[in-house]
Amino acid sequence: MQEATVSFKARAERALADPTLKLAIDRTTGTAERKRAVAMTQFPQFEAARERGKRIKDHVIANLDHYLLEFERNAIESGAKVHWASTAEEASQIVVSLCKQANAKRVTRVKSMLGEEIGLPHALDEAGIERVETDLAEHIVQLGGDRPSHIVWPSMHRTREQVSDMFKRAHRVPHQEETIEAMVASARRELRDKFLSADVSISGANFLIANTGATCTVTNEGNAELTTTPPRVHIVTAGIEKLVPSIEHAFLMLRLLVRSATGADVTQYTTFHCGPKQPGDRDGPEEFHIVLVDNGRTRMLRDAALKEMLRCIRCGACMNHCVVFRQLGGHVYGGTYPGPMGAVLTPVFDGLESSRDLPHACTMNGKCQEVCPVAIPLPTLLRGWRDRSWREGLEPTAARFGLSIHTFVASHPRLYRLGTAIAIKVMRLFSRGGLVRGMPGLGAWTKHRDFPAPARRSFMAMYKNSENKR
Amino acid sequence: MTTPQSASRPASPPRVGLFVTCLVDAMRPSVGFAALKLLRDAGCRVEVPDAQTCCGQPAFNSGDTADAAVLARRFIESFEPYDYVVGPSGSCVGMTRAHYEEVLSNDPAWSERARRLGERTYELMSFLVDVMHYTPTDVKLDSSFTYHDSCSGLRELGVHDQPRALLDKVTGLTLKPLEGNDVCCGFGGTFCVKYPSISNAVVTEKAEAIERSGAQLLLGGDLGCLMNMSGKLKRQGSKVRSLHAAEVLAGMGNGPAIGEED
Ligand code: SF4
Repeated sequence: MQEATVSFKARAERALADPTLKLAIDRTTGTAERKRAVAMTQFPQFEAARERGKRIKDHVIANLDHYLLEFERNAIESGAKVHWASTAEEASQIVVSLCKQANAKRVTRVKSMLGEEIGLPHALDEAGIERVETDLAEHIVQLGGDRPSHIVWPSMHRTREQVSDMFKRAHRVPHQEETIEAMVASARRELRDKFLSADVSISGANFLIANTGATCTVTNEGNAELTTTPPRVHIVTAGIEKLVPSIEHAFLMLRLLVRSATGADVTQYTTFHCGPKQPGDRDGPEEFHIVLVDNGRTRMLRDAALKEMLRCIRCGACMNHCVVFRQLGGHVYGGTYPGPMGAVLTPVFDGLESSRDLPHACTMNGKCQEVCPVAIPLPTLLRGWRDRSWREGLEPTAARFGLSIHTFVASHPRLYRLGTAIAIKVMRLFSRGGLVRGMPGLGAWTKHRDFPAPARRSFMAMYKNSENKR
Repeated sequence: MTTPQSASRPASPPRVGLFVTCLVDAMRPSVGFAALKLLRDAGCRVEVPDAQTCCGQPAFNSGDTADAAVLARRFIESFEPYDYVVGPSGSCVGMTRAHYEEVLSNDPAWSERARRLGERTYELMSFLVDVMHYTPTDVKLDSSFTYHDSCSGLRELGVHDQPRALLDKVTGLTLKPLEGNDVCCGFGGTFCVKYPSISNAVVTEKAEAIERSGAQLLLGGDLGCLMNMSGKLKRQGSKVRSLHAAEVLAGMGNGPAIGEED
């Protein structure tokens, strides 16, 4: 992670000082929020669907071993080769060696967050294999040499004006007109022949269908079809939590996923892959590989709270509706996944010590949980990390000391009243015109906003007095 | 969790323990007195338990569940004798009602006591409307207001319609809707001082929305959020005055607003 050396707070400051970034975030998340809201008014069964979706995922997670074996059996029967990876490194190494076995010079990729999670772009680059990102947004990320900043719109952090400049610099026949269509055409010209000349294609999967061994991918650009059809070898990488029992279940989950992600009823393209080219097929890959990735998921399975996170279908609604994400964008989070779901997942992947800010940088307002299509109690899971951070001694000594004093004082009402009275006196000493000004210790608040002066006496003191007079 | 609508008003005057909350106690006692008046007007016998201190929310949100549990047990002991517990804050009531069970989950007996007390614990506005079926009479205030729905009250307790229904009965007072009324203001308890720049960015947008509403008053049901928003408004030189909704309902709407000299 290129950002890991800079602290979360420093990254946040940098993002907050970037008005272009803010404009880009607002455009993408604002549109997503509006479209989802409209979709919800036309989806009165949402609550019921969400409940079913939650139950389907919970059922699969509770019977993961069963469904994994069923999926493997059926995938093998369809002619696919199934590989198992327990860590990110193992997964990306399996993919790289499959590419090498196929003598691949050029691979095409369809965006998948799991690919990012296992460090695939980097591993391919290291291995000297030319990597062509076929998703328009990933193409932009690749041109910019950075990482996805959103799980659905990886190049959310770029305004279209910036993208236009990037295309003009990088494309052989760039667009002339400043329209979205012209820019898309420019990317298409650049990418189309590469699509056709790649040796291997790599995609992710939104769902793994246990009873058929098929994989399902949704895109809005149709690049999944074009990418995965011409090359001789197709590799799918997927997290083991992507399983659903059958295609009917996949369709129910799809309704939740697409409406929550983009507000549309369906994505433009929903692609199913089942095994390699069969005799009589006009096209399709000769080899079809599926890499099933654990990377911490079975560890989450053993944790009563984190287990709930395995329901996540990567729709991005939680980040689109998060006040913190909408100020910072995705890169500040420092991990593969940003926003509320990323703040839960990054400590799993990268360890809590380096990511303890993520679960703390949250107001606990609960909006993410409200919009999550599989009802993941994200604030509760974030609080779980805070708990662990406290227990493992990762919290600052000042905070620990402060809270234990506070608890002691708050356990003794008389002492507590005295403390309150003193605090009021001190604050009033620093007060002028109804506001506390320049009081030491209050800087984090008063740097940005005014702090009201307290009343002369506390409620409890005044109440006692008035009751005595009654 | 939403507030269960009780079918009918309690037959005899219920004995209510007023949960003042730390911020109201130390910063703005008028909110406590407004709550006291409203509850009495609504026909309750109100008492203020002397032993109450802090509900433990700062510890809980910092991950210090052990300290939160100490204060949770204290709270339960102090308030158990009452028919109802009522507080003028969705966030503090949310803590006791939605989280105490979790805080005390290691101890079945205590978590059961937490659950039972939680069922009788209400945010002020929802208690007045849902339990007491109270309607304010003879309250006047010539002004316009916009309303921010604080997150815990809204999402943990289902407080949304109740304050609007009550404020609708104030003669001369008109509502100017707030764009993004259910979007967090960036307060988040200790969040606002742990991550001041992020909090500032969020509240700056909130202040802009409040200004755009064109209202003269900003009302809400949580003092923490109100201090955050009014602090930003005042810093930016806004003319909007901020008050707790209970103050307006108790006829104290012309008194000093938050951050004005008393
Ligand atoms: S946590 Fe929920 S809202 Fe967020 S990406 Fe996952 S499924 Fe979507």
